[in-house]
Amino acid sequence: MIWVVFAAMTGAAVLAFLWPLAGRPRGDSRLAIETNLYQAELADIERDVARGLMTPADGEAARTEAARRLLASTALEPSPAGRGGAKAASVLVILIVPILSVALYARLGAPDYQDMPLQARIKAQPADMDMAAALARIETHLAKEPDDARGWEILAQVYTRLERPDAAARALRNLIRLQGASPDLLMAFGQSLVFANQGKVDEEAQAAFEKALAIEPSRLEPRFYLALAAEQKGDRARALEGFAGLLADAPEAPFADLVRERIARLGGEASPPAASPPASSGPAASPQGAAIAAMAPAERDATIRGMVEGLAARLATNGGSLEEWSRLVRAYTVLREPEKARAALGEARKAFGADSAATAGLDALAGELGLGG
Amino acid sequence: MITEIGHYALVLALALAIVQSAAPLWGVWRRDAALMATARPVAAAQFLLVALSFAALTHAYLISDFSLLNVVENSHSAKPLIYKISGVWGNHEGSMLLWVLILALFGALVAVGSRAMPLDLAAAVLSVQAWIGAAFLTFILFTSNPFLRLAQPPIEGRDLNPILQDPGLAIHPPLLYLGYVGLSITFSFAAAALICGRIDASWARFVRPWTLLAWLFLTLGIAMGSYWAYYTLGWGGFWFWDPVENASLMPWLAATALLHTAAVMEKRDALKIWTIFLAILAFSLSLLGTFLVRSGVLTSVHAFANDPARGVFILAILVFFIGGSLALFAWRAGRLRQGGIFAPVSREGALVLNNLLLTTCCATVFVGTLYPLALESVTGEKISVGAPFFNLTFGPLFAPILLVMPLGQMLAWKRGDLLGAAERLTVAVGAGFAAALVLGAIRGGPVLSVVGVAIAAYLIIGSFVEIYGRIAGRGVTLGIALARALGLPRSAWGTALAHAGVGVTLFGLAATGWGVEVVQALKSGDRMDLGPYQIEVREIAKRPGPNFEATVAPIDIRSGGVVIAQINPARRFYPARQMPTTEAGIATLGLGQVYVSLSEQNPDGSLDARLYWKPYVALIWIGALLMAMGGGLSLSDRRLRIGVARRARATAAQPAE
Repeated sequence: MIWVVFAAMTGAAVLAFLWPLAGRPRGDSRLAIETNLYQAELADIERDVARGLMTPADGEAARTEAARRLLASTALEPSPAGRGGAKAASVLVILIVPILSVALYARLGAPDYQDMPLQARIKAQPADMDMAAALARIETHLAKEPDDARGWEILAQVYTRLERPDAAARALRNLIRLQGASPDLLMAFGQSLVFANQGKVDEEAQAAFEKALAIEPSRLEPRFYLALAAEQKGDRARALEGFAGLLADAPEAPFADLVRERIARLGGEASPPAASPPASSGPAASPQGAAIAAMAPAERDATIRGMVEGLAARLATNGGSLEEWSRLVRAYTVLREPEKARAALGEARKAFGADSAATAGLDALAGELGLGG
Repeated sequence: MITEIGHYALVLALALAIVQSAAPLWGVWRRDAALMATARPVAAAQFLLVALSFAALTHAYLISDFSLLNVVENSHSAKPLIYKISGVWGNHEGSMLLWVLILALFGALVAVGSRAMPLDLAAAVLSVQAWIGAAFLTFILFTSNPFLRLAQPPIEGRDLNPILQDPGLAIHPPLLYLGYVGLSITFSFAAAALICGRIDASWARFVRPWTLLAWLFLTLGIAMGSYWAYYTLGWGGFWFWDPVENASLMPWLAATALLHTAAVMEKRDALKIWTIFLAILAFSLSLLGTFLVRSGVLTSVHAFANDPARGVFILAILVFFIGGSLALFAWRAGRLRQGGIFAPVSREGALVLNNLLLTTCCATVFVGTLYPLALESVTGEKISVGAPFFNLTFGPLFAPILLVMPLGQMLAWKRGDLLGAAERLTVAVGAGFAAALVLGAIRGGPVLSVVGVAIAAYLIIGSFVEIYGRIAGRGVTLGIALARALGLPRSAWGTALAHAGVGVTLFGLAATGWGVEVVQALKSGDRMDLGPYQIEVREIAKRPGPNFEATVAPIDIRSGGVVIAQINPARRFYPARQMPTTEAGIATLGLGQVYVSLSEQNPDGSLDARLYWKPYVALIWIGALLMAMGGGLSLSDRRLRIGVARRARATAAQPAE
C-alpha cells in the first residue's frame, strides 16, 4: 500500500518536470519584459523629478540612460532550441528521480513501520497492549486519581513481577495509605524496600516488619528480616537470638536453610580461626545447629560434643558415607581432640580401604587438618 | 504511514532538487527555453514535498508518536499543544527541516512570482537555489534525519528543553529563518546574474523586493530573539554581544547595506559589482551563522545536540558556497559594465558612505566574534570579547551612520545640495537639543544617555523632514497636505518610518542609563521602592504546572498607594529534564518596564531576586517593529511589484502620481 503512495508521489514529481517540456514555454517574451521594465523606469524617473529627488535635467539624462539599456538588452532573446536537449533530459529525469529516491529511501526509511500515536497505544485492547503501555495508562490514571486502591494493587503486583522493587514499594506505600496496614501488605512493602536497597533493611522497612509482627505475632517472616536488620547493624548477639528463635519455632519452614546459613556465618565468625568448619556441612547446617549457635560457649561445647559422639557411634555401628566420616574428623579437630580425630581417620581408612578415590580424599583431609599419616 | 510518507517526500525532494539544480542551468547554457521552463514547476513541486514532509513530522509530534527518535528526544505527551507544534523546530533536526522548508518556500515564491522576469534569469536563480536546497537536504537526510524510527517505542518522551517551552519558540526561529533563508534568494540572484553575465537595473528591480522581505524578517527575528532572551534568561539584558547574536547581526548589517545599494543600482545602474558582492556576503554570513550555531563551535541554547560530523558537513557546505560564489565573482565580475555616474555629494554618495560604514561595522563584529574562536583553536587560549570591545568599536562606527542618515534622505540623485539639505534639517537638530535639555534636566544621569536621546530625537524628526517638505508649505491647508501625504509613494513613507524606527530603538538603548537595579532576597510581605514605584511581595508559593513545578512570588506594583500592576515572577523545575528555568515577571508601565527575575531559593524560604526598573525599554523593540513596518510599506509599493507580478505592466503604463 505504502509503495503505491510512493509511486504516485514519484510520478507527480516527475510530471512536474515533464509538464513544461510538453507545451510551448510560457511567460513573457524577452522584449515584452524589457519594454515593461523600461516603462516602469520612466515612470519612476518622472516621479522622482516631481518629488524633487532629481533635477529635470538629470531626469532627462536618466531617461536617456534607460533607453540605451533597453536597446542594449533586446538582442538577447533565447532561441527556441531544438528538442534534443529536452528529450535527453526527460529520459534522464524519468530514470534518475525514481531510482535515486527509492534507493535512498530503501537505505534510510522504514516502510514497515506504522504510525504509533500514544493514545492509540494506550487505548489498545489489553491483548495487543504492551506491558509498558498498560503501566503508563494506569500511572496516568493514578496521577489524576491517586486514591484508586485497585490501580495501586495492580501496579504493585506487576512491578513485583517485573522485578522493579522501587516502583513496587511506591505502589504498596499508596496501597497501605488507602487500605490500612495489613501484615501481608506490610510484609510485601518491607520486602520491596529491602530488594530496592540491594538487601539492606532500612529504617522504613524495619518499621514495616515490626508493625506486621505487632499485628500478627505468630508471623515468622518479619522475624527473619528483623534479625537480618540486627545483623546488618552489627548487633550480632541479637541477630543470632532472632535467627535461632525462628529456627526453633519453625525448623521445617521454607526459609530454614537460609536461616541456618545466616547463623553459620555469624557463628563461623566466632569460631577459632585454626579450622573453621565448612558452613554447608558443619553442625550448624542442621536444625539443631541454629539452636546450638545461640547457646553460651560452655553449654554449646557440651551440646556439640554430644552430637559428635552420637555421630561417631552411628558411624561405628552402621557405617556411613565418606562425607560423614570427614565431618566427624573435622568435628574432633574443631573440638581440639586430635587423638580422637586420628582414630576416626583410621576407622575411615579401614572402612574405605578398597576405594582409592576415597582414600585419596582422606589423605587430603589429613594433610589439611595437620593430622599426619 | 504518514511518517514514512513524510520521509519519502523528503528523499524525493532531494531528487527533485538535484534535477532542479542541473536541468534549468543546462537550458540556460544551451539557450533552450523548454529546459529553462522546467525550473518553475519543479521548484513548486519541491516545496510541496518538503511541506508534506514537515507536516508529517508535525503530525508525529501532535500524536506523540514515540516511534520517532526525534519525538522521543524532544517531546512529552503532557506538553501543551503549542509546544508540541513549536517543538518540531525546537531541536536540531526539526529546525534544519524548517530551514529547508523556508528555502523551498522562497524558491516556490520566485517560481510563482517570476512571470515578469526573463526566463533565463528565473531559471538560473532557481537552479542556484536548488543547489543550496540539495546541499541542505543531503545534510538533513544523512546527518540529521528527523524521521529515524525506533522498533521499541518508549512510553514517554524526554521533553523539550524547558528554556524553549515558551511562546517565543513559536515565533523567533521561523521569523529569523525567513530572514536568513530569504537572503539565499538574493544570493541566488547574484550567482545567477554572474552566470548569465548580465546585471542591470532590471536585475536590481527584481532582487529588491526579496532583499526587502528577507531584511524585514531578519529584523523582526532578531528583535524577537532579543526580547525572548530578555524575558526568558532572567538576566535583565536584551543584547549580550554573544556570538550567536552576532551571527545574526552580521547578515543583518550586510543585508541593510545591500538594501540600500540595491536601491542605487535600481535607480542609477551604479554600484553593480558592489551590490553583487554584498548579496554574496549577506548569505555567506548567514551560512556562517548557521555553522557557528549548529556545529558545536559555540555552546548555547541554540546548539542543541552537538555532533562533529554535522559541523564538518556544514563547514563543507559553507566552503563550497562561499568559495564557489566568490570564485564565480572573481571570474565574472570583470565583465560587468559600470553604469550611471554621480557626484560625491548626492543620494548615491550618501548611500556609498552608508555602505562603507555598515560593512565596517559588520567587519568589526566579525573580528570580535571569530577572533576569540580562532585564537582558541590555534593557541588554546580562551579570551572573552564582550560588551566592552563592541561598545568601544561598534558604537563609534555606528554613530556616524546615525548622524548622516537623515541627511542622505534629503539629497537628490546624481547631484545633491548639501547645504540646502542641512538647512532643512535644522528643525531636527533643534528637536535633538530640546530632547537633550528636557530629559537631562528631569533625569540627569549619564552623559551618554543624554547624548543618545538627543541623537534619537534628531533621527526621528529628521526622518520625516523630507516628507514634511513635500506635503506642507506656505498656504497649504490640512486637506491638501493630507491628500499629498496619501499621494506620496509608499516607499517614501517606508523609508521615513524605518529610519525613525532606528531613532526609536536608539532612544530605548540610551534610556537604559536611567534604569534602577536591585539585588535582594525576597520574603513574603517585603516592600521596597523601585524607581518611581513601590513593590510588595504578596507571598511565596508553590504552584504545580502541567509538566513542571513552580515557585511563584506574586508581587504588587504600586504607584502612590494604588496597585497598578501585578506580576508573577516564577522559578520552574522540569522533572523530565531535571532542569530549572526562570520566568521573569514583567509589567509594562507606559514605555518602561518593571522586571523581576528569581534565582535560588534560600533555606529560610526567601528567594534571591533581581529587580529592575527600566524606563523606555519597550522602545528598543518598538523601534525594530517600526523598521520592519517601514520595510513592509516599501514592499507594498506598487513600483516594486514589477518583478513579482504581471499586474505591474498595467500600473507602469499609467502616468506617475
